[in-house]
Amino acid sequence: MNKFDVLQLLLYAAALVTLAKPLGCYVAGALQDNSALQCRVFGPAERLIYRLCGISPAAQMNWKTYRGALLAFNALGLAAVFLLQLFQHKLPLNPNGNGPVEFWLAFNTAVSFMTNTNWQAYAGETTLSYLTQMLGLGAQNFLSAATGMAVMAAMARGLTGRKTAGVGNFWGDVTRVTIRVLLPLSFVTAFLLVGQGVVQTFKPNAVITTSEGARQAIPLGPAASQVAIKQLGTNGGGFFNANSAHPLENPTPLSNFIEMLALLLLPGACVFAYGAMTGGRAHARVLFAVMFSVWAAGLAGALYSEYSAAAVTGQAALMEGKETRFGVTNSVLWAVSTTAASNGSVNAMHSSLSPAAGGIALFNIMLGEVIFGGAGSGMYGMALFVLLTVFLCGLMVGRTPEYLGKKVEKREIQMAIIGILAPGAVILTGAALSCAVPAALASLSAGGPHGFSELLYAWSSAAGNNGSAFAGLNANAPFYTIGLALAMLAGRFAVILPCLAIAGSMAVKTPSPPSAGTLPTDTLTFGVLLAAIILIVGGLTFFPALMLGPGAEQLLMYGGTAF
Amino acid sequence: MTTNSFWSRELAGKAALQAFVKLNPVTLSRSPVMFVTLIGAAMVTLDVLAGLPRVSGFEAQIALWLWVTVLFANFAEAMAEGHGKARAESLRRSRVEIMARRLDGGAEKKVPASCLRKGDAVVCSAGDLIPGDGEVIEGIASVDESAITGESAPVIRESGGDRSAVTGGTKVLSDRIVVRITAEPGKSFVDRMIALIENANRQRTPNEIALSLVLSALTLLFLLAVSSLKLFADYGAAAAGQDLSGLVTVPVLVSLLVCLIPTTIGGLLSAIGIAGMDRLVQRNVIAKSGRAVEAAGDIDVLMLDKTGTITLGNRMASAFVPAPGVSERELAEAAQLASLADETPEGRSIVVLAKTRFDLRARELHPHEARFIPFSANTQFSGVELLNAGREPVRRILKGSVAAIKAECAGRFPPELEAAQAEIANSGGTPLAVIDNGRALGIVQLKDIVKGGIKERFAQLRKMGIKTVMITGDNPLTAAAIAAEAGVDDFMAQATPESKLARIRAEQAAGRLVAMTGDGTNDAPALAQADVAVTMNTGTQAAREAGNMVDLDSNPTKLIEIVETGKQLLMTRGSLTTFSIANDVSKYFAIIPALFCSLYAAGGHAGPLAALNIMRLHSPQSAILSAVIFNALVIISLIPLALRGVKYVAVDAQALLRRNMLIYGLGGILAPFAGIKLLDVIITAAGLVR
Repeated sequence: MNKFDVLQLLLYAAALVTLAKPLGCYVAGALQDNSALQCRVFGPAERLIYRLCGISPAAQMNWKTYRGALLAFNALGLAAVFLLQLFQHKLPLNPNGNGPVEFWLAFNTAVSFMTNTNWQAYAGETTLSYLTQMLGLGAQNFLSAATGMAVMAAMARGLTGRKTAGVGNFWGDVTRVTIRVLLPLSFVTAFLLVGQGVVQTFKPNAVITTSEGARQAIPLGPAASQVAIKQLGTNGGGFFNANSAHPLENPTPLSNFIEMLALLLLPGACVFAYGAMTGGRAHARVLFAVMFSVWAAGLAGALYSEYSAAAVTGQAALMEGKETRFGVTNSVLWAVSTTAASNGSVNAMHSSLSPAAGGIALFNIMLGEVIFGGAGSGMYGMALFVLLTVFLCGLMVGRTPEYLGKKVEKREIQMAIIGILAPGAVILTGAALSCAVPAALASLSAGGPHGFSELLYAWSSAAGNNGSAFAGLNANAPFYTIGLALAMLAGRFAVILPCLAIAGSMAVKTPSPPSAGTLPTDTLTFGVLLAAIILIVGGLTFFPALMLGPGAEQLLMYGGTAF
Repeated sequence: MTTNSFWSRELAGKAALQAFVKLNPVTLSRSPVMFVTLIGAAMVTLDVLAGLPRVSGFEAQIALWLWVTVLFANFAEAMAEGHGKARAESLRRSRVEIMARRLDGGAEKKVPASCLRKGDAVVCSAGDLIPGDGEVIEGIASVDESAITGESAPVIRESGGDRSAVTGGTKVLSDRIVVRITAEPGKSFVDRMIALIENANRQRTPNEIALSLVLSALTLLFLLAVSSLKLFADYGAAAAGQDLSGLVTVPVLVSLLVCLIPTTIGGLLSAIGIAGMDRLVQRNVIAKSGRAVEAAGDIDVLMLDKTGTITLGNRMASAFVPAPGVSERELAEAAQLASLADETPEGRSIVVLAKTRFDLRARELHPHEARFIPFSANTQFSGVELLNAGREPVRRILKGSVAAIKAECAGRFPPELEAAQAEIANSGGTPLAVIDNGRALGIVQLKDIVKGGIKERFAQLRKMGIKTVMITGDNPLTAAAIAAEAGVDDFMAQATPESKLARIRAEQAAGRLVAMTGDGTNDAPALAQADVAVTMNTGTQAAREAGNMVDLDSNPTKLIEIVETGKQLLMTRGSLTTFSIANDVSKYFAIIPALFCSLYAAGGHAGPLAALNIMRLHSPQSAILSAVIFNALVIISLIPLALRGVKYVAVDAQALLRRNMLIYGLGGILAPFAGIKLLDVIITAAGLVR
């Protein structure tokens, strides 16, 4: 690493920390609908939507109604993307003449985009029409992110409600988040990206003659608009197969910086939005600090591994699978950020990272996507860990635990523990099945611990709704298209549903004022404990698996064996 | 019960036997963690038996220690239950043997205690067991209450005071008392205590249930982690072209599982709950439910009656303020004379004060020398008339409320005394005016005496985060003065039953948990409304029924100890959970390298994961066995802590958390590294495994 690498890292961290808070306040304003300026600017468009859809956004829903609306909305999104893929050859905007998508692959992709995972078992440029990309995937990129933020808002309302059953209005939440937050941000980002050379066109692929005289099809399409939201909405599904390593999706170091910043910006802002909505601003700062610290520690470890591995293997730098225009530091920074956030876009192949760096990326996902995590989903996932921490701390100080002034009781703990442990259970089950089913093992491209990492990563990515691939695993096989689709559904809704249940049960409780016996949740002590519990839960669940995969590989590499 | 008897041979022996009885899977299934351990032990045993006649010493030892783990957990529960049972047993014995001497119209008649009805009067002399709960109506005696309280020092019980209540089954050590029975047979405290102690293990509090849920979920997760590990290992073996079947066996995987699931807390959880209730009983408090005890750990506001709680029950004379031209001694002498026949504590305190200040001996007044004027609610004064030889009154000394005395001295009440009485009233005292034949001599100041050490107790409560509110019928000025002196946070002056109830409701509406101590019938509505209501054993029946705890000592500040017990209960659970989970780190470092040290090994070197053997344990077998043995030994060595409870110190939550996390969290991570290493050395030296 040279001083420019360090400078870039610092610049990135500074930009993230500086922008997250004001954006968080803005997001809170949108969710609470209490900003006069926002209402003036976006009100007309929203009112049009409300009128067209017959929505009364101020009508409070109880948690069950909210849950019903959310499930119906997501089921509709799933069906839309699924059908678009099956019938894209009969629909317009298919200049490259892509045929219908295979049934299970279409199902996998539909689930993937509906759950904000954006796991891609297909190559975008050779499989999907522009219409499918825009109307199907692009729309879900917005709506799945909006769904996540809506759940976060419902939870924030439930935690602070004063003996009311209402947790907000799902339709209103989704509309406001999309219109006020996601669309304007995407527009600005897409504009910047186009300026850097990201393509945005309805033209078919360009066919050119290379300097060697060969003819090559250069894939084109409306990429910039989709890249913007894929980064902002922690979706990560690339327009092209190579994702943000593709020169037309991420052409320059500046576009790379913008995309990386967009990747963590909204999840970070959601923490502050949550703080503003619950009145726990100091608490939100602690949560942000916890996320930032774990992220930074992972980054440091990954960078150390990457640079020290280069020394072991006798190379100047580990450049396999990386783009020369980004270099090692930017590739590792992206890899750590995209796995910490449940984004899943890549600008380098994670399979080619040094084993420990790949392991850190994997561990980031295994932690439950709460280190920044997805838009909204990172925050509500974190809230579950906070509840668990509060419960344990409450026991340690001899007081029934309280969070934001409300007692945390059996039901909340039950739901929190389901939300925390379910994704891990899905990962272990899936990975174990893959080890036992010959058809699953046939998809691996490498042997030894590296092959194990490939399948472990696939299941983690799906259950964590991350969507990034370790590469190397052929995921377009029925075992994986179906299995991973189920994992994505479980990983998404086994967290969302408990969160809404908690919102519902907390909403009707009476808040009590803090006393000297109450454990504050806005202190360093609490932050340290929260981080420790996140790491210990993840560590205890996955220590053996991680050791058999990246751990063994890294140790073997030090011994001179590579996979 | 003293700590020595914790490990009494008899109790331990019985508990050891019970440990085997409790192996019954039906009973064990209530604790999922121990149930999984039991299944694991059975699986390994079957595995060993299947290998017969060739017996693997290693696997047999693992089977043995897994059974020991379950037995230790059962033993812990049995010990806790044993304590309660022993107490209940001795209580029950004491009850059936008692013969009572019932007073039937002045004559004593021997009847069995079970025949006594509410309202019966019985006589108890030195050496007698008191036949039932009741109230002393005559006499004073020292009573040994150790049968119910475990406190061997005798206590004084006397008629007509705060300490008039006696409990059935306790023993009179000296003197003779007459007791009026206040409980029907089968409803006495002893009966309640027996029920409480014996049911302790059946009542699980919401908090305990929530924790059990977390433990069960973790158990399930580890079950998944270990079973998936088997398949991961198969993959690794196939990928490396190696055979790991020698080490990745059922006994080893079961060992890993049992080491990972929170057996420490799972094994001790019920013992902690039972012991918590037992501790409360040791502190002479009877709770109607375990839930109330835990709620006590959460209270935000404590409402206390002033009289008898914050102040000594009675006002005491504290100063003489003479009128102009009167000496203090003259006033003291007159006040003493006026109080000679006054048997109220106030009257006695005046006599005592005069004696201590001016060495005035109380004179013996014979009926022919004086006639006493008793206090009446109408006159608001009392006093004495001294008689001459002809039995004519020559001197009339009165003391009483200022207003009443003023009326007696017909407008000749000095303005200086007026000022003095106002000052006394403002400072929380009560002024009593004294006149001698219509001449105002001065004022005696009566003061509420705040109990010694009470201020410190309130400071302690404040540190726990509990706000204290004093309830009194006094006027606001008086109340404020006493509140300031006692160091309470707030006070309620001129309180009525309605206003008490309203105050509690208001606090609860603001989300606070309210505790209240009280003893009077007029406290009953408020007690019923409070979240935690501690009634004094000496209190009225209505109050006792309204509360959810009864304090046998009738010591209102006992609430501090109840709070501590409630907090201790949660803290012990939390600390052992943390300790249990933290232990897992070291167990992974013992067992994972043991399982996979040869995986991907090449060229005669150890495999890459051997590097995880940071404890440098001797061999895979010794590592696994050490971890299993450590896991079992932790349970037995933590039984005393589980029964005693984690120490509670009254500091703020943050500091308490840091302290406990350091001890049980960090300690829980580090301690087993040392423990497992030590066991490994011993096992290797003893040649127990390869």
